[in-house]
Amino acid sequence: MAASAIFILDLKGKVLICRNYMGNVNINEIDNFMPIMMKREEDADLSPVVIHGSTHFLWIKHSNLYLVAITKKNTNAALVYSFLYKLVEVFTEYFKSLEEESIRDNFVTVYELMDEVMDFGFPQTTDSKILLE
Amino acid sequence: MLLSVTGEIFELKAELNNEKKEKRKEAVKKVIAAMTVGKDVSSLFPDVVNCMQTDNLELKKLVYLYLMNYAKSQPDMAIMAVNSFVKDCEDPNPLIRALAVRTMGCIRVDKITEYLCEPLRKCLKDEDPYVRKTAAVCVAKLHDINAQMVEDQGFLDSLRDLIADSNPMVVANAVAALSEISESHPNSNLLDLNPQNINKLLTALNECTEWGQIFILDCLSNYNPKDEREAQSICERVTPRLSHANSAVVLSAVKVLMKFLELLPKDSDYYNTLLKKLSPPLVTLLSGEPEVQYVALRNINLIVQKRPEILKQEIKVFFVKYNDPIYVKLEKLDIMIRLASHANIAQVLAELKEYATEVDVDFVRKAVRAIGRCAIKVEQSAERCVSTLLDLIQTKVNYVVQEAIVVIRDIFRKYPNKYESIIATLCENLDSLDEPDARAAMIWIVGEYAERIDNADELLESFLEGFHDESTQVQLTLLTAIVKLFLKKPSETQELVQQVLSLATQDSDNPDLRDRGYIYWRLLSTDPVTAKEVVLSEKPLISEETDLIEPTLLDELICHIGSLASVYHKPPNAFVEGSHGIHHNCILMLIVYNTGHYCPSGDLLGDLLNLDLGPPVNVPQGSSMQIGAVDLLGGGLDSLLGGDLGGGVGGSPAVGQNFIPSSVPNTFAPSPTPAALSSGLNDLFELSSGMSIATGGYVASKTVSITGHYVHMFYCLYFFCCVFSFGVIPTTPLAMHTPLMPSQSIDISLPLNTIGPVMKMDPLNNLQVAVKNNIDVFYFSTLIPLSVFFVEDGKMERQVFLATWKDIPNENELQYQIKDCHLNADTVSGKLQNNNIYTIAKRNVEGQDMLYQSLKLTNGIWILAELRIQPGNPNYTLSLKCRAPEVSQYVYQMYDAILKN
Repeated sequence: MAASAIFILDLKGKVLICRNYMGNVNINEIDNFMPIMMKREEDADLSPVVIHGSTHFLWIKHSNLYLVAITKKNTNAALVYSFLYKLVEVFTEYFKSLEEESIRDNFVTVYELMDEVMDFGFPQTTDSKILLE
Repeated sequence: MLLSVTGEIFELKAELNNEKKEKRKEAVKKVIAAMTVGKDVSSLFPDVVNCMQTDNLELKKLVYLYLMNYAKSQPDMAIMAVNSFVKDCEDPNPLIRALAVRTMGCIRVDKITEYLCEPLRKCLKDEDPYVRKTAAVCVAKLHDINAQMVEDQGFLDSLRDLIADSNPMVVANAVAALSEISESHPNSNLLDLNPQNINKLLTALNECTEWGQIFILDCLSNYNPKDEREAQSICERVTPRLSHANSAVVLSAVKVLMKFLELLPKDSDYYNTLLKKLSPPLVTLLSGEPEVQYVALRNINLIVQKRPEILKQEIKVFFVKYNDPIYVKLEKLDIMIRLASHANIAQVLAELKEYATEVDVDFVRKAVRAIGRCAIKVEQSAERCVSTLLDLIQTKVNYVVQEAIVVIRDIFRKYPNKYESIIATLCENLDSLDEPDARAAMIWIVGEYAERIDNADELLESFLEGFHDESTQVQLTLLTAIVKLFLKKPSETQELVQQVLSLATQDSDNPDLRDRGYIYWRLLSTDPVTAKEVVLSEKPLISEETDLIEPTLLDELICHIGSLASVYHKPPNAFVEGSHGIHHNCILMLIVYNTGHYCPSGDLLGDLLNLDLGPPVNVPQGSSMQIGAVDLLGGGLDSLLGGDLGGGVGGSPAVGQNFIPSSVPNTFAPSPTPAALSSGLNDLFELSSGMSIATGGYVASKTVSITGHYVHMFYCLYFFCCVFSFGVIPTTPLAMHTPLMPSQSIDISLPLNTIGPVMKMDPLNNLQVAVKNNIDVFYFSTLIPLSVFFVEDGKMERQVFLATWKDIPNENELQYQIKDCHLNADTVSGKLQNNNIYTIAKRNVEGQDMLYQSLKLTNGIWILAELRIQPGNPNYTLSLKCRAPEVSQYVYQMYDAILKN
C-alpha cells in the first residue's frame, strides 16, 4: 500500500475532500498537519515529508491546494509523490484547472475518481483516457 | 450542528423517497455534499439504502460512497444493504460487479464480512479482469478485518493462483495484496516466490500499468535468486524499466538491480555493463518534480556510498540550480562532496565558492563546510581550498567567518605544519566569534601553534575572563590550549596555567572539566617531561569521510530504496509501529535539592531497605591518573564508582514508602498533596514527581524532585524508575556526578520509554523509584496520575466510537459519581482535552448535557466515556466502557482530579 488516506486541503489546512482508503489511520491526524507546516515555514524548512508521532504526511502543493497522503508504514515515497502528481494531472484533465473551486463544484466526480485511481492504498488506473470511459 | 441541520435532514428524507429517479439521485448528491462538509447525515441511512436498488451506475456509486462512510456507525442497518451487494456482485455489468465487491471490502463491519465470502470467491474467478483485479485487493481488505477468515476460506491460495493470471493488472494487484498481507506474517512464505512465479511476474512486468510495475519490482527485490545466472537473467529483464518515465518505477528497478549486483561476479562483463546502465536513469531522476528529486537525492546519497563508481563522472548534474528548493540544494551539496575527486575538484570549488555568497544561511554554512571537507578529501586541492576560505573570511560575513574557522581547524589537523602562515589572518577575527564551535576552533589553533604566535598568551588570557559563561566545549579546549602553551613557553605563562587550573578544578561543578583539570595538574606537578610527551604527542590524522552510514545499515537501506526509510536514512523499525511494540518516549526530569540539614546517618539506615548491589565496578588500579584523582578528591571517588542498579530494582520491587506528588508542573492537572515520608528518609531528602508522556518523542516530561537534607555534599549517583504496568523504564540509567551543596537544587532529564517489561501491578499506576547516592540506595514507590499515559492521538472517530461502544459488552460498563463539581460542559471538555481526553460529541437530552469522550493509553487500550451533566446538580455521572475494565477505576480518579483542579 502507498497511502492510508489522501486529503485535499485549502491553503489554511481546511479539508476540502478526503478519501480514507485503509481505515488504519485516524482521519483527525490531518489536524496536526497545518500547525507543523506553519512552524516549518518560519524555519524556512519545506521538505516534503512531515512527521507527527508515528504518522507521516507526504505532501505536494498545487495552485491553492495541498494534496496530502498519510501513512504509518514504510511506504514507497517515490510512488506516493508520483501518484500525487498523477492525481493533479487527472483532475486537471477533468476540470480544466485544479483549484479549490473546481473541487467544490465537482465533489461527486472527485470522489468517483479518487475511488477509481486508488483502492485500499494501491494506485490503480490513472490513465485519464481509460478513466473517461 | 445536529440541531441546525434537522430541517435540512427532513427535506432530504422526503426527496430520497421521491418517486422520480432523477429527484432521488439529486437528493443523494445533496446528502453526499452535506457529508463532505462534515454534517452528520447518518440518520438518513435507511432512506439512502433504499435508493441502492437501481441499475443507474452513477446513483449506485453515490449510495455506495455513503455506505462506506456510515456503515461502521450503523452496523445493524448496514446489514440491510447486504442483499443488494450480493445481487450486484452477480450483475451482468462487470463495472457494477467490481464496484460492489470493492465497496463491500471497505465496509469494515464484522457481520457484513461473513456475507462477503461467497461473492468474493466468485469475483476472484470472474471472467472480467477488472472484476478479478478488484477482488484481489478485496482479499487484502478482508484480511485486515478478519485474517483468520481469509485463511480459513482459502482466499490466500486463490490470490496465489492469480499470479498466473493472463491479465497483467490482475497479477500486479495480486502481488500487491499478497505483499501487504505478508507484512503481518513476517516469517511465512506467503508469496512463495520460485523461478516459475518469478517468470510470470517478469512477463506481467512489461505489460502492466506503471503502478503495477512498482508492485512487481518491489516484490522482486525481496526474492533471493538461487545462483548468479538467475540473478543475471532477472537483471536483464528488469533493466528496460530504467527508462520508464515514472521516477518511482525507475527507483524500484534500481533497488532490484542494486540488490542483485551483489550476487554477480565482480569481474564479469555483465557486472560492469550493468553498473554503467545505472548511471543515466539516476541522472534523469533529477529532472523530475522537486519532491521526487528529493526522494531520488536521498537515495542517490546511499547509492554513492555503496557504489561510488556509478556516478563518479556525473558530478555536474548535482550542481545546484538557483531555483532549486532549499531541501534539494542541501541534498545536492552532500552528494557533491561525496563525489569530489582530484579530477573534478576545480569545478567543485568554483561552485562552492559561489554558493558561499548566496543568501540562505543554512546553505551558505553548508557550502563553507563543504570546502573544508574537499580540502581534507582531495589533498592536491587543499591549498586552493585554504585560499578560498581565506577569501571568504575577508568578506567579514559573520557566520561565514565562523564556519570557515571551524573547517580550517580540521584542515590543520589533516595537514599539520603546512598552513600556519594564515594564522595571523584568523586571529584578526577573534573578536567576532560568538559561536562555541568557532571559539573552540580558534582556541585550539592558538594552543596548537602557540610557539609561533607571539601573543598567544594574551589571546588565550582574553578568553579566561568569561570562563564560566563559556560552553563546556570551549572551557575544555581552553584548558588544554593553555596547558599546551605552558609546556611550550613555561617561563612566561606559569601564572596563566595556574589560573585556568584553579578555574577548572575549584570554581567549576562540571565533572568533565574538573577531571581534566586535575589530570593536568597532577601531570604537571609530578613529571613535566612526561606531561610534555602526553600533551604534545603527535595526534592521529583525521579521516576523510566522517559522516558515512554504517555499512550494515547502508545495506539494509539499499533494500528499501524509494521508501521512507531511504528518505530518513533510518531502518523501518525505527519509525514504524509494528510487532516491536509502540515506542513512547518521555523525559524524566529530576530536581535535586539539598537543604543542608544535618542528619546522623545511623538513624537513616535503620529505616531504609538495604539491598545488596554486588561489588562496585572499580577502575583498574595502578593507572597513575586514577591514583591522582583519588588523592585529589580525598577518597570521595570510591563512592562515585558505584555499581549498576538496574538488575537490583527489576528483580525485587521495593517495599518503600508511598509518596505523593508535592511539586507538579503546570501541564499536569491533579492537585498535589504534600509528601509524607518516613522520618529517616525525610531527613535525608525529599522526592516528588510529576510526569507526562507524549507519543513520538517530544514534549514529554517527568519531574521528580529530590530535596536533600544533608550537611555536606549530596551525590545522586543513579536514578532508576519504572512503572511496571505500562513497561515504563529509562532509556539509560541516569548517573549524576555533580555533588549538591546545601540548599542547592539541580534539574536533570532522563529519557523514558514504554518498551520495558510489562508486569501488572496493584495499583496500576505504581511508580517504583530507586536512588543511589553516596550514602546508600533508597527505594520508594509512588502513585503517579494515570493521565500521563493518555496519548495525544486518543480522539476516536465518531463512527468508530459508536461502533466500539456497542461492541464492548455491557458488563464492562462502570458508573461513577463525580461530586461537587460546578463547571459547564464546555469548561469540562476543555479541561479534559488538556489532559488528552477528547470530547467526540455533545448532545443535549432533556436539558442534560451528554459528553461522549475517548482516550487512549500508551499500551493501546481505549477508554470510552459518557459524562452526564445536569444543570443545577453538582454531581456528574460518568459511565466508562473499556475492554480492560480494571483501568476504569483509575480513569475515574483522573476525571475527578482534573475536574476539581
